Amino acid sequence: METELKPVTNVPASVGVLALQGDVEEHLHALARAGAAPRLVKTAAELEAVDGLIVPGGESTTVIRLLDRFELAEPLVARVRAGMPFWGTCMGMIVAAHDVAQLDQATLDLIDITVRRNAFGRQIASEEADLVIPVLGERPFPGVFIRAPWVERAGPDVEVLATHRGYGVFVRQGNVIGTSFHPELSGDGRLHEYFIGMVQSARKAAAA
Amino acid sequence: MVTQGDTGMNDGRNGETGTVKVKRGLAQMLKGGVIMDVVTAEQATIAQEAGAVAVMALERIPADIRSAGGVARMSDLSLVARIMDAVTIPVMAKIRIGHFAEAQCLQALGVDYIDESEVLTPADERYHVDKARFKVPFVCGARDLGEALRRISEGAAMIRSKGEAGSGNIVEAVRHMRAIRDAIAELGAVPEEELVARARDVGASLELVKEVAREKRLPVVLFCAGGVSTPADAALMMQLGAEGIFVGSGIFKAAAIVKNGLPEYDEGGFARIDPDIALRYARAIVSATTHFEDAQAVVEAHKSLGGARPMYGLDLRQLDEKQLLAMRGN
Repeated sequence: METELKPVTNVPASVGVLALQGDVEEHLHALARAGAAPRLVKTAAELEAVDGLIVPGGESTTVIRLLDRFELAEPLVARVRAGMPFWGTCMGMIVAAHDVAQLDQATLDLIDITVRRNAFGRQIASEEADLVIPVLGERPFPGVFIRAPWVERAGPDVEVLATHRGYGVFVRQGNVIGTSFHPELSGDGRLHEYFIGMVQSARKAAAA
Repeated sequence: MVTQGDTGMNDGRNGETGTVKVKRGLAQMLKGGVIMDVVTAEQATIAQEAGAVAVMALERIPADIRSAGGVARMSDLSLVARIMDAVTIPVMAKIRIGHFAEAQCLQALGVDYIDESEVLTPADERYHVDKARFKVPFVCGARDLGEALRRISEGAAMIRSKGEAGSGNIVEAVRHMRAIRDAIAELGAVPEEELVARARDVGASLELVKEVAREKRLPVVLFCAGGVSTPADAALMMQLGAEGIFVGSGIFKAAAIVKNGLPEYDEGGFARIDPDIALRYARAIVSATTHFEDAQAVVEAHKSLGGARPMYGLDLRQLDEKQLLAMRGN
């Protein structure tokens, strides 16, 4: 190599937000505030260029079809299986699940969970509720739930990092996390910082 | 429904429903997507299959309301319930302007969003629904920034351009989107001491006017509605700053089965459609909305129509002001 390699930690982590549909902009702002370099991801080439990927809130039925239509599902799954950190918020967690309770809905099977869609009810049951999330510290996390799913079954390798009304709403399996709620709407940056931490660790591990 | 008890936490927010954040939040989740008018459960299933982010239940599509005349009301509620059962995406439904009892019915039924819409015949010529009192969120139409701010002041959690529904003509939607966008830009340059007068002129709170001037955007999501009938129409509106698209007649009117120049109706009185053409149109408009800045993708969307022609469009200059739906409500 002719060019001198910079220490990888000085370069902000390049975190992509899947921009087929959903609250993309809110994640971009939250990432920027938390010190990452946010990137829009609409194409396979853009997916290739990021160190981690967030699939935002949106409609899972729509996005799973668009991932297929625009041939992004395969490269996305390949990158996550190869270790790229992945975070799905609400819709993103449904898309990443192993399966969906009582619905014949296609998913990417990135994390060994069964989710139930609209588990808390329709929109009039959407709510704001404080959550206890020990990995983020003692201060409660402002949970924003919108037609939210919950985790009905978590496989043996899945850590349940927060629950609400008795069900898992924040889960992790290795490089994949999922939240039922929307930290990007909460004004609390701790979950974005947590994910950026995962992205930085993965980069360090890859560089070592 | 919820079967488990609360966690017993008393500090902070513990399960507050119907907050401004969750009402505006659902619209944020719909951004970049297409919301499709449907009159039957079958049409709702086609819309979902095509990638719609939500469906809008109404009695007749706007083009049919326009041609049939008479009073257009909230949909039959058993039909709305069937649509809710048929799809997993959010279900919206329209009410007449000011008809808060129709809104109460739809909230009790459990629809996800209510459109207080000029497309239906207004029920109250003076007042809109006091939307802040409802747990279910509302979307409302606007022709300009003042109208948008009045609706937001009343509690609307999402705004759409009015456009001219059922016309197949994009010109009014373009006019309204540009008017809103230009007025926001202009407001951002107004000296702060003049904002009091601006708020008074449009009939919105000073706090709201200051917020829009500071953030240079509405505090709620802004979609385009009223006249979108081709993939290129959707791409145009997204490039003009719409955050998503409502398609009313553009899909199911293009797919209407016509014999000897007249639409065919089924035994339920609904216009018969070719489901294959509807699916193609719906898919193409979704694809063009996703990749609105990529002309090649919009070309592919148009090609995928396979030659199926868009709905007939009206030259709005030939119409009377009385015939313009956008003039209802202010």
